[in-house]
Amino acid sequence: MALLEIQNVTRRFGTMTAVDGVSLSIEAGEFFTLLGPSGCGKTSLLRMIAGFDAPDNGGANSGTNRDTSRGRIVLDGQDLTGVPPERRPVRTVFQSYALFPHMTVAANVAFPLKMAHTSADAIAGKVKEALADVQLTSLAMRFPHELSGGQRQRVAIARALVTHPTMMLLDEPLAALDAKLREQLQIELINLQKEVGITFIYVTHDQSEALALSHRIAVMNQGRIEQLDEPSKLYSFPANRFVADFLGQCNILDGTVAARDGNRCTFELTRIGPITVAVEDGMAVGARGALALRPEKVSISAAGPQYGAQDRSQSTASGAGGADENHLRGRVTDFLYSGDVTLYVIELASGQRLEALRANSAPGRTRFLEVGDTVDVAWRFDAGHFIRE
Amino acid sequence: MTAAAASLVQRRSIPLVRVGLLVRGLPALYLWIFFALPCLLMVLASLRVAGEFGGLAPLFSESGRLNLTVASYGELFSTFIYFELFLKSLLYALITTVVCLALAYPLALAIVRAGKTWRDLLLLLVILPFWSNFLIRVYAWMIILGPDWVMTRGLNAVRGWFGAEPTTLMFSPIAVIIVLVYVHLPFMVLPLYANLEKHDPALIDAAQDLGANARQRFRHITWPLSLPGVFAGSALVFIPAFGIFAVPDLVGGTNGIMIGNVIKQQFLETRNWPFGSVLSLVLTVVALACTALAARAARPRREAP
Repeated sequence: MALLEIQNVTRRFGTMTAVDGVSLSIEAGEFFTLLGPSGCGKTSLLRMIAGFDAPDNGGANSGTNRDTSRGRIVLDGQDLTGVPPERRPVRTVFQSYALFPHMTVAANVAFPLKMAHTSADAIAGKVKEALADVQLTSLAMRFPHELSGGQRQRVAIARALVTHPTMMLLDEPLAALDAKLREQLQIELINLQKEVGITFIYVTHDQSEALALSHRIAVMNQGRIEQLDEPSKLYSFPANRFVADFLGQCNILDGTVAARDGNRCTFELTRIGPITVAVEDGMAVGARGALALRPEKVSISAAGPQYGAQDRSQSTASGAGGADENHLRGRVTDFLYSGDVTLYVIELASGQRLEALRANSAPGRTRFLEVGDTVDVAWRFDAGHFIRE
Repeated sequence: MTAAAASLVQRRSIPLVRVGLLVRGLPALYLWIFFALPCLLMVLASLRVAGEFGGLAPLFSESGRLNLTVASYGELFSTFIYFELFLKSLLYALITTVVCLALAYPLALAIVRAGKTWRDLLLLLVILPFWSNFLIRVYAWMIILGPDWVMTRGLNAVRGWFGAEPTTLMFSPIAVIIVLVYVHLPFMVLPLYANLEKHDPALIDAAQDLGANARQRFRHITWPLSLPGVFAGSALVFIPAFGIFAVPDLVGGTNGIMIGNVIKQQFLETRNWPFGSVLSLVLTVVALACTALAARAARPRREAP
């Protein structure tokens, strides 16, 4: 049985449903992430696991099935309904750190041990160990206001770890830190989690953080779980438009399956025309859906009257079924240079916009495409992922 | 001073010294005029000789000699009664402070935790007594504590069950302390409220998450964080209660007399200004010493867990 079972949990605030019938199970030792935009219910769910809030009980259902419909959170076989936060073997790392300002770093870390009436000798040893885990041994006698943001975050983590809880809940713990420090702490978090082997439930709205840290991610939207999977699966095979769009950048091209031939089929893009795609589940002829195509899978190259060869290639796209690559013609309307890569926005003849990512990896000075340049847009037939409507 | 301000000062070529004088000078001037100067005048008055018909004898005698003496300080130690009176006033002021704290703390907590509309209403009720005159409020208490009213009658009824003699509340130390508590309660509630209202609720959540039950959360988080408010409120109650004379005058009778009454007596009735000044000085020094001790005790310490 899984370490944590969340069964059909619902939480309403007035007319707003923050968490809407969520069920999921988390295994021991997992680094699990709840990912979603603000207001998607991820923090509400976390607060219910911590015990600061309780699931609504299924009062709306009448009579006999009332008990089964009621949301439950079961940790390690124990139903947590009615158990106050101080008696749950779960620790939270708060977004604001919530360090006690009147206590030194050591006293902050010792706090949960003191509350559990641990002997003074044992406290000293455990505090030392926890501070060593987060590399803060030398700052034990400082007050929180004498620390930097990253150091405070480490104290909060040490304080949560010191009693070796069954599970640790992290509520956007890195949100207040700058990018460089965040990256460093992400690596430290991964290593720490591996080292101590405690189950982490991590809440964030930052998709790249979620992808980098997690074993599994639950993408949440409007109180529901849209998709739950490993990071690479989520990214490559989004189950719906929301996930495709929320997790990284994505081109979403609407269309209908026109024909099937072996492992390839012809997908008729609305207003653009037919392209070749690899067959996936649910791609029956006539099925409506969308192709999710990541910008980094789209290659672009300058195409002008002088590149006669590119003109011919477009015809292979129209020749359904056979081609390995799809080719389209477009015009650069915008580009975003970010050092290592450049994101180009291409407008196709149909008016549809497509994003393409190009690594600036060529030796010497990179020649950029300019706004207004005509380009050839290409991608392999199996580069995208079909999302069925 | 911040680097930005410092560079501004340098650019505009104002000497730093002059800015420092302005920043520190105004509060210093204020303290000199309203605190140090009166104290110095009191020290001087305590060393002078009482005039034959009250007030002070001329500073220079007819022979042109400086007319100063330490005799008034001797008078302080001539009898045990002043020491006793100081001790008694200290005790009354301490009891008043503790009772005020015990009453005000739950009230301030309740106000902080009440909803927005209730909070404003409750704060208004705390301040409401200030809208009427101090003496009128004390006179009202004289009626409430009087022998014909519920409090005395109720007390005597209870005493009757235990076979004790009837007693009176009015003109007793109890009456003094009840009225002192009543008069000073808002001065304790307001600083406590101001402090508690600023507490970050996430700290209480964190403490609970880390295994602290309600009692532990109060003892280890709410209470220590509220110490500045406790200290401010206690100072605002203790210092005036220590030197007060109006309340013991009106409701204390002969038993409830405090050191403030004696000081008032020295200036208005006995007309011995130098000795009155000596008593006032001792009062100030004791109050300051108590405040300093409390401030030291309330400071957070860097201690091992």
